Amino acid sequence: MCLAIPMKLIKIEGDKGEVELSGVKKEVSLTLLKEVEIGDYLIIHAGFAIEKLNEEEAKKTLAIWEEIGNL
Amino acid sequence: MKYITEYRNKDLSHKIADRINNLLNGYKGKISLMEVCGTHTHAIFRSGIMSLLSDKIEHLSGPGCPVCVTPNKYIDTAIAYSRLGDTIITTFGDMIKVPGSTSSLEKEKASGSKVRIIYSPLESLEIAKKNPEKKIVFLGVGFETTAPLVASTILSAKDENIKNFFVLSGHKLIPPAMTALLESKEIKIDGFICPGHVSAIIGEGPYRPIVKKYGIPSVIIGFEPLDLLEGIEMLTKQITQRKKPSVENQYKRVVRSEGNKKALTLIDKVFDVKDSPWRGLGLLLKSGLSIKKAYAKFDAEKNIECEIEKTKEHPECICGKVLMGTKKPYDCKLYSKTCTPEHPIGPCMVSSEGTCAAYYKFKKE
Repeated sequence: MCLAIPMKLIKIEGDKGEVELSGVKKEVSLTLLKEVEIGDYLIIHAGFAIEKLNEEEAKKTLAIWEEIGNL
Repeated sequence: MKYITEYRNKDLSHKIADRINNLLNGYKGKISLMEVCGTHTHAIFRSGIMSLLSDKIEHLSGPGCPVCVTPNKYIDTAIAYSRLGDTIITTFGDMIKVPGSTSSLEKEKASGSKVRIIYSPLESLEIAKKNPEKKIVFLGVGFETTAPLVASTILSAKDENIKNFFVLSGHKLIPPAMTALLESKEIKIDGFICPGHVSAIIGEGPYRPIVKKYGIPSVIIGFEPLDLLEGIEMLTKQITQRKKPSVENQYKRVVRSEGNKKALTLIDKVFDVKDSPWRGLGLLLKSGLSIKKAYAKFDAEKNIECEIEKTKEHPECICGKVLMGTKKPYDCKLYSKTCTPEHPIGPCMVSSEGTCAAYYKFKKE
């Protein structure tokens, strides 16, 4: 049921948005999120954005892994 | 693909797996890790990460597949609604093949009932507007990840004054199921792989009392191979280094400590917490969601009468025990013989999140 793939927000119209991944576009409801901006990566579940990806946290994780990779 | 491919690095996967195996080198005995999310079940099998890890780690799948834990009575009720003639059942795809006591929605559809598979619950409202003479019954099945979507759909139906949309609420809550597993003492669990997207809604808080009471380390983990490995490393550290058990969050890029407050507010606005029956686990206190009185006009059970057949279970299906983690799919006589994804006998073989379906698809034993 849960699609774990973050999709990029490319259009906002009121409570609705359009997200895109590798050329595939989809209309989603934004009613569960407080603030979103074009360019945000969103986690989509059954037609709703359930959370916004926190890019800073994502980068932190990747930095830790980069260190492990360099060991 | 941004924020996807970085989490699938093969060399790094091997390095993290080695770190986990090193932690277990001097450890006596095995550690059992249970995931309570069907998407994790499939992600773990698909990624093949267990093949990199020491056989001291035992991987258990728990009651994390919403369709699987939905009892036969719910499915029989949906089937009874579909037979009324003036209804259209809308549902996520998984539910349609699940066998009830004597039929399934798929069979009913073949016999002329109107059953539509939808991707988003909101599609039900469009169907309702186009078919004013019909009653649209949406099958509200799912955990905390799905409940706010359905709450939002009910609020939209209210705003748009849609009078022929109803929800059969079978929503369930994950933390009470974790507690029930630990209380049953039928299975040894050393660590919980907490569900990523349920946690995106509920946050870290609801796991804390469980960790405190039962002393079981719990880590919220994402779905990519490196997420899973990093999360398993966090759990293994807590267990082998005998640290004070705690809730940790590996999936911080999506899960905030406090969860999604807006989604939680929607759940509270539309649903009441109630006792709820689970396949395999029985009736669990405060483990389900029913529609609040204020929104009763959208509650299928309060508005549409139907006769439900006497519920019966398949005598040989052990789906309930598979959901408890006490039996593996290959312990079942039916598994991969008479029960396959094409001809499922139990729900665990139907759902794309089911444990039997995962074992079958990835040819495990």
